[in-house]
Amino acid sequence: MADHTPPIVETREGVPVPAEADPRGGDLAPVVPQEGEELPPEPLPLDAWHRARGARMVPFAGYHMPIQYEGIMAEHLWCRSHAGLFDVSHMGQVTVTGEGAGAALERVLPGDVTSLSEGRMRYSLLLADDGGILDDLMVTRRSVPEGAEEFYVVVNGATKYDDLAYLLDVVPDEVTLNLADDQALLALQGPEAVAALSRVVPGVERLVFMTAAAFDWQGHPLWISRSGYTGEDGFEVSIPAEAAAAFADALCEQPEVKPIGLGARDSLRLEAGLPLYGHDLDPGVTPIVADLGFALSKRRREAADFAGAARVLAEREAGPATKRVGLLIDGRQPVREGADVVDADGRPVGRVTSGGFAPSLGQPIAMAFVPAAMAAPGTVVALSQRGRAHGATVAPMPFVPHRYVRQRS
Amino acid sequence: MPRYFTQDHEWIDVEGEVGTVGITEYAQGQLGDIVFVDVPADGRDLSKGDEAAVVESVKAASDVYTPASGRVLEGNPALADDPSLVNSDAEGEGWFFRLTLSDSSELEELMDEGAYEAFVAKL
Repeated sequence: MADHTPPIVETREGVPVPAEADPRGGDLAPVVPQEGEELPPEPLPLDAWHRARGARMVPFAGYHMPIQYEGIMAEHLWCRSHAGLFDVSHMGQVTVTGEGAGAALERVLPGDVTSLSEGRMRYSLLLADDGGILDDLMVTRRSVPEGAEEFYVVVNGATKYDDLAYLLDVVPDEVTLNLADDQALLALQGPEAVAALSRVVPGVERLVFMTAAAFDWQGHPLWISRSGYTGEDGFEVSIPAEAAAAFADALCEQPEVKPIGLGARDSLRLEAGLPLYGHDLDPGVTPIVADLGFALSKRRREAADFAGAARVLAEREAGPATKRVGLLIDGRQPVREGADVVDADGRPVGRVTSGGFAPSLGQPIAMAFVPAAMAAPGTVVALSQRGRAHGATVAPMPFVPHRYVRQRS
Repeated sequence: MPRYFTQDHEWIDVEGEVGTVGITEYAQGQLGDIVFVDVPADGRDLSKGDEAAVVESVKAASDVYTPASGRVLEGNPALADDPSLVNSDAEGEGWFFRLTLSDSSELEELMDEGAYEAFVAKL
């Protein structure tokens, strides 16, 4: 038995991932480090916590991360019906501080940053000069005691150092960038997340989707937002690394909460139609092709003053040649990243960028880039994976409805 | 009934000229939740080491190689409806296929249960 598809791994230059390894190179079951893959020894704050709870650890974004505890399927379904605790401490937590911080970010983000009010956040894209997507991120305006301008930006783990280098070139001298390596980041996601977290940190229930505020837990400062990447209601908590294990314990003492690994995180976000950087998004993809046009704020479109604006706005006007779509796969066999979308003559015309079994739907689903003419929901498409044909139908995303809480109860 | 094992985590039970093939308990544990199994067609001739089946978990797809040469008698029909049988009973009800062995001397190159346990213990 030999693994021939990649496990869920963020790609990054310099970090070999199984997808690029010899597909017949290993004789082991999946999700073990590929031969020759060297990892920095640096453990994340909850490394020992995961191991003590029986997690299977795998290399991910340059760290060891838990891929699963009891099993991906059970963890996925638990999160959809109760609350799941995710460690996302590999992600980059960056503060951008100083006069002009918002304006500087707007040079490389197509969203309206400067008009965000305190505690408001926005999903955005870090764009190259050609409009290619260098990363996707969340940006929040944060109040600081001195009254200076500050934004808290959460970027992907595999790209955080490249992002910082890119931003350093963009921001003026008065604006400082700080990567908070001493902060852990936990996400509590699911319909019962608010009940569980509000017992531990009273007051979080007053947040609504895409807002954030400072809280305190046993003397430790927390920065909590009502956001996440599963499609469920939930929260993300930034906490000093030294308090993270005790806080994770306090959450897991709540009857609604179980720890969830990266495996279920991937299947949850796929069902929610949310793209994963390094798979569905990369520098060769622009916001319109990625079907992320909502990230272009109206004021920014009119000003056309962000990196790559000319190309991105032209694509928005004319329509892109290719587009990211969701696919419902015929039958039960998953079609995964790397499979081709083919035309009637079997020629590749598109590619699958994420795919797998959707536990909530009981069937395989995928994301793919297809020619615009094939992008309408209901379109039947043909796929080819390892020489075998599969049928699929373009489906609207999300596959599983989002359940964000936008209004205070 | 002797049972043999491969380094690729397949097992084969041999009864007379007929072998029954599956993946090991260790392998199913590594794969996690199995959502799809593709078994070989009846009558297909396989040579030892050929890709005979595909097993897909939530997170990955893996090839299953035949531990010995022969002609396929049948794939396990139960796996189409319930691939999770491989998780619940990998070395029993979760078998993949049966074949008529064409060269039983090939079995001598495989591991017995004790040797396989020692092999897995080192992984």
